[in-house]
Amino acid sequence: MSDENEMITGIEVPIYLKYNFTAGAAPARFLSQLKEGKLTGQSRSDPGAPVYVPPRGSCPATGQPTDTEVEVADKATVQSFTIVHIPIPGNPIEPPFVVANLVADGANISFIHLMSECDNEQVHIGQRVQAVWRPEEEWDYSMDNIKYFKPIDEPDVPVEHIGKLPVTGLEA
Amino acid sequence: MSQPEILNQAFELGFTYTRSTGPVVGRFLTELKKRNIVGIKASDGRVIVPPMEYDPDTAEELSEFVEVGQEGEIISFAWVKHPREAHPSERPFAWAMIKLDGADVPMVHWVASDSEELVSTGARVKATWSDDTKGYITDIACFELV
Repeated sequence: MSDENEMITGIEVPIYLKYNFTAGAAPARFLSQLKEGKLTGQSRSDPGAPVYVPPRGSCPATGQPTDTEVEVADKATVQSFTIVHIPIPGNPIEPPFVVANLVADGANISFIHLMSECDNEQVHIGQRVQAVWRPEEEWDYSMDNIKYFKPIDEPDVPVEHIGKLPVTGLEA
Repeated sequence: MSQPEILNQAFELGFTYTRSTGPVVGRFLTELKKRNIVGIKASDGRVIVPPMEYDPDTAEELSEFVEVGQEGEIISFAWVKHPREAHPSERPFAWAMIKLDGADVPMVHWVASDSEELVSTGARVKATWSDDTKGYITDIACFELV
């Protein structure tokens, strides 16, 4: 029982913002393919143009539509990473865990995902990883179809090569 | 590429803040729990409700609490025809600046009324308390026309 005269020292003042999120054409395409277990990016139609995963529908470098779909591998390279030690309210994952920017093979930009089945202290830039998928019957329109990425026994990618496939189309 | 199906999903972003109330707002809320409304005396003698921690003119720390009345006068108001989800009432109501008896500045709260015509500047209102007061501004359930 709380004392009738007990001084109020704090109040809860939550703010909830309710959205109805519509994915848009390019992310919807990406998510539909993801439901089939495929990672796909998009690219401009000119040869050698960069591949964006996930796609947003236009090339951020030139503003042109990315109307060419490209399937990429579920193998990737660690571009950067963070070892999270502090619990995040509402996040069910127990620290410490690794969040990484990963560049899928065939893509030129990174996406964020979890790394597991690894020694956190051994995670490093250039490390090779592969997706660990959930069972197919659980697949949805979600990046959560991939539980996490785990290290694979392949040589590291030199830093200067990560996500830096030739980028053309800016000259014109 | 084929036209993708349109995907959309409800999404709620929550900022689950807690706020430390400090000695002045904490006292105000503690008094609300006891069904009292207190203000604080400013350096020029004005009574400010809800109380503030520092004087608006001199910035000096304030500490002299003053109990004010539970009735007051509508200084200004805005009638809400179509209440939204976050609003305190499901029926049309008025947001109002209410100057409580003994206070020198108005405070914002809401006025329950069956119709817009009954609400006017200068109208007298009275605080109605929640059945269960817990130390929050909603302990004053609403103001009703006297």
